[in-house]
Amino acid sequence: MNHQFSPTSLAAGMQSVGVRIDGVDLSYGSHRVLKDIHLDIKPGEFFAFLGPSGCGKTTLLRLIAGFNTAQRGAVTIGGRDISGLPAHKRDVGMVFQSYALWPHMTVRRNVAFGLEERRVPRAEIERRVDAALDLVGLKHLADRRPSQLSGGQQQRVALARTIVIKPKVLLLDEPLSNLDAKLRVQMRQELLSLQRKLGLTTIFVTHDQEEANTICDRIAVMEDGIVQQVGTPQELYDHPANLFVAGFLGTANVLEGQVRAVDGGTAFVMGGGVPIPLPHGVEPGAEGKLMFRPQNLFIRQDGGPPRAGHVRLMGVVRHREFLGASIRYAVDIGGQQVQVDAPHQAGDALLPTDTPITLDLAADKARFLRR
Amino acid sequence: MTSLALTRESIARVRPGPAVAAVLIALFLLLFLVVPVVQVIFVAFQDKTTGSFTLINFADFFRNDLFMRSFWNSFYVSAMSVVVASALALPLAYLTTRFEFRGAVLIQSLGIIPLIMPPFIGAVAMQLLFGRNGTVNLLLRDHFGISIPFMEGLNGVIFVQSIHYFPFILINLSASLKNIDRAMEESAQNLGCHGFRLFRRIVFPLAMPGYVAGASLVFIKVFDDLGTPLLLNVNDMLAPQAYLRISSIGIADPMGYVISVVLIVCSLLALWVSALAMKGKDYATVQRGGGGLARRRMKPLELVAAYAVVLLILVLVLAPHIGLTLLSFATIWSFSPFPDAFTMKHYGTVFLESGQYITNTLLYASLAALLDVVIGTAIAYLVLRTKLPGRQWLDYVAMAALAVPGVVLGIGYLRSFYDVPMPFTGQPLSGFWLILVFALAIRRLPYALRACTAALQQVSNSLEEAAENLGATKLRTISRVVVPLMSGGILAGFVTSFATAAVELSATIMLVHSQSDAPLAYGLYVYMQSAAGRGPGAALGVFAVVIVGLGTYLSHVIIERGRRERGQDH
Repeated sequence: MNHQFSPTSLAAGMQSVGVRIDGVDLSYGSHRVLKDIHLDIKPGEFFAFLGPSGCGKTTLLRLIAGFNTAQRGAVTIGGRDISGLPAHKRDVGMVFQSYALWPHMTVRRNVAFGLEERRVPRAEIERRVDAALDLVGLKHLADRRPSQLSGGQQQRVALARTIVIKPKVLLLDEPLSNLDAKLRVQMRQELLSLQRKLGLTTIFVTHDQEEANTICDRIAVMEDGIVQQVGTPQELYDHPANLFVAGFLGTANVLEGQVRAVDGGTAFVMGGGVPIPLPHGVEPGAEGKLMFRPQNLFIRQDGGPPRAGHVRLMGVVRHREFLGASIRYAVDIGGQQVQVDAPHQAGDALLPTDTPITLDLAADKARFLRR
Repeated sequence: MTSLALTRESIARVRPGPAVAAVLIALFLLLFLVVPVVQVIFVAFQDKTTGSFTLINFADFFRNDLFMRSFWNSFYVSAMSVVVASALALPLAYLTTRFEFRGAVLIQSLGIIPLIMPPFIGAVAMQLLFGRNGTVNLLLRDHFGISIPFMEGLNGVIFVQSIHYFPFILINLSASLKNIDRAMEESAQNLGCHGFRLFRRIVFPLAMPGYVAGASLVFIKVFDDLGTPLLLNVNDMLAPQAYLRISSIGIADPMGYVISVVLIVCSLLALWVSALAMKGKDYATVQRGGGGLARRRMKPLELVAAYAVVLLILVLVLAPHIGLTLLSFATIWSFSPFPDAFTMKHYGTVFLESGQYITNTLLYASLAALLDVVIGTAIAYLVLRTKLPGRQWLDYVAMAALAVPGVVLGIGYLRSFYDVPMPFTGQPLSGFWLILVFALAIRRLPYALRACTAALQQVSNSLEEAAENLGATKLRTISRVVVPLMSGGILAGFVTSFATAAVELSATIMLVHSQSDAPLAYGLYVYMQSAAGRGPGAALGVFAVVIVGLGTYLSHVIIERGRRERGQDH
């Protein structure tokens, strides 16, 4: 099963194009599913729509494919407005979540379908189908029926069927969700290497942040029909624009408190706690919360003073989870709970619950988020 | 050694209850299905005088011009009926499942109405509407000077049969269309396919299982049907020939049996061909995240055209009912587009003379349907939930009834039970009314069995295990958990059996011994033989339609209520 996509002639003649989404609004009845979406996807980019179910990501993808109609706004591919085109004239390849392989056709006929619809000469169809099947490593299964293939193989056929028509853009609707965990990890690397080889602008819809983080160049995080933030995985993780993004990508500690003026600037103060200095630009009295990651906290058992730039917090261990490489403690600090990751070595003792604990926070890693 | 040990173990696990039930069912099937049919086949291969094995009867059959003509006529009528029925069913099924269509549910329900009317009553009404001197042709002749031979000879049989049986295609095809994952269609659009090509290359092939199932049913039904050709006076078809041979020459004449064997072989062939067409094709099209074809909105012009087509088909389909209703109120209706005047007296006649037809029908059809669901549930349970050796054979044998035409079963019963005298009265057993009930039950068993099997398949094994785990015995578990959960399917099976048994003629016509024991369908047939009897016959037909329609509607209400109570709101 460990297959790497081989080089191919399919990439020949393909030119990467960008996708622009301009002020798109879409409602079902009174329910607004997409609210004023603006996105600019660059040529050759591997782009993700990431968000929980019901956030509108699949609706947006289907809009690009032509299966939904927006009430307002435009979709442009390679500079051409395609909003008025019916689905069958758009030349965007979509891989469906269920793969949607036609059970009454063999693998070869499935892959040939799009070329036949384009009235490509017979000989060229056969050549291109072979190339596409070769690319996904399934040439030997060309005469099987889809039902005789495993989930991963069906996935590859669906991919081959889509890329064989040399679409301008590749749309992937949760393509890995029907695979088991191990295959999913393998397939996502194959997807990435295939995309790089073809240089094909690709949009990937997923609710799994790990999937998006590992293979996508940039991600649009969506919630409630709104694009919350667009950026590289690292930007989104390190500099989330709001609490939703912070919580959706990775684990976030969120503290409640007030912003007060202190010597030399402003600080975030929890009820009766130590002030945590804030960067410039946050005015005293601002409404918001303080967010930081579990690895920004350090457990201090030596009793020494906090390091420069660290703020000391006192707490009590409430729960713990053994994760293998680390131990995640839930610690109560002045009535609010934070999570702390402590690296684990064989033989290390775990702190029992209800143990008083000293924590140091790397204050410059904490971010003040207004919403 | 190991296999012996296993066998012993599995024998040890067989409890007496299921085994007793299996034996009883096997006896019933043997006595009322296998023996009569085998008798028929046996006689077909028997020399009339010496009783030894011979093929001479078949040679006679194939040398006889009338029989050969009948054979080809039956084949032609069945095939054409499939074509015409498809032409009626395809637009209705496709338009109502694929597009946003106002009244889709109404259209689907109206489309099923023809099934709840014996086709041969429809035949009389259709003569009056579409016959040479019927409404349509009279109007056409007056206004355009032309006439269309809708009802001439074989055309009439094809016309009536396809209107009567097209719902089989409509129901199966619609169900198939609804089950297609919309992504199947969208992925084709995504690859550049649309319009009629999309239908031809993706949608229709995926709906093929439903279409083939429906089409093969239509073929078999038309091939086996006796009432319609008899009433339209088309006698050169196989089923009427078999009937006429037995009824006019006698049960000793071998030709009736030979024709019976030919009928069975053709039914089996049709089933085999349809199975072959589906072989090796995986059509489990509902996948994860699937959910029916996407419904498209039509452009105004398309919408007008679509409604025109649907309306035309519905008028055609409901024509027998309209004609029948008119006829039941008509004083005289002959050589005129519409009846001369209207009266209620036919209903009075029916009430005074023919009450026994109605009560007999209610009795026979409900007993037969009850028998069907009891046996159906039992077989379904034995097959799916026990390890009883040979349990599959109960299913196979019961389903084999599908390939046995009513005429053949009737002939088989006559042959098997005519010589058996009843206790006390000394009349032949074949004339006893309970025999009629058994014949109806056997004829309808396949449908009830499939409904019960489907219902049981939806009851999870763990529900049963939970009941047993809490201390319920097997029998209590079945009666308190399994059967209540199956009730929807059982009821559906009951209704289909009841409704179709109530209008069955093929087997009954051979077995009815006296007018007082006769069911509705037989009464109708008798009435429709004479011009004077048409009015009361039509009134009786209206009764039949109303009874069956009410039964179907009531059961639908009960099923829906039960479903809501259990919170299965789909």
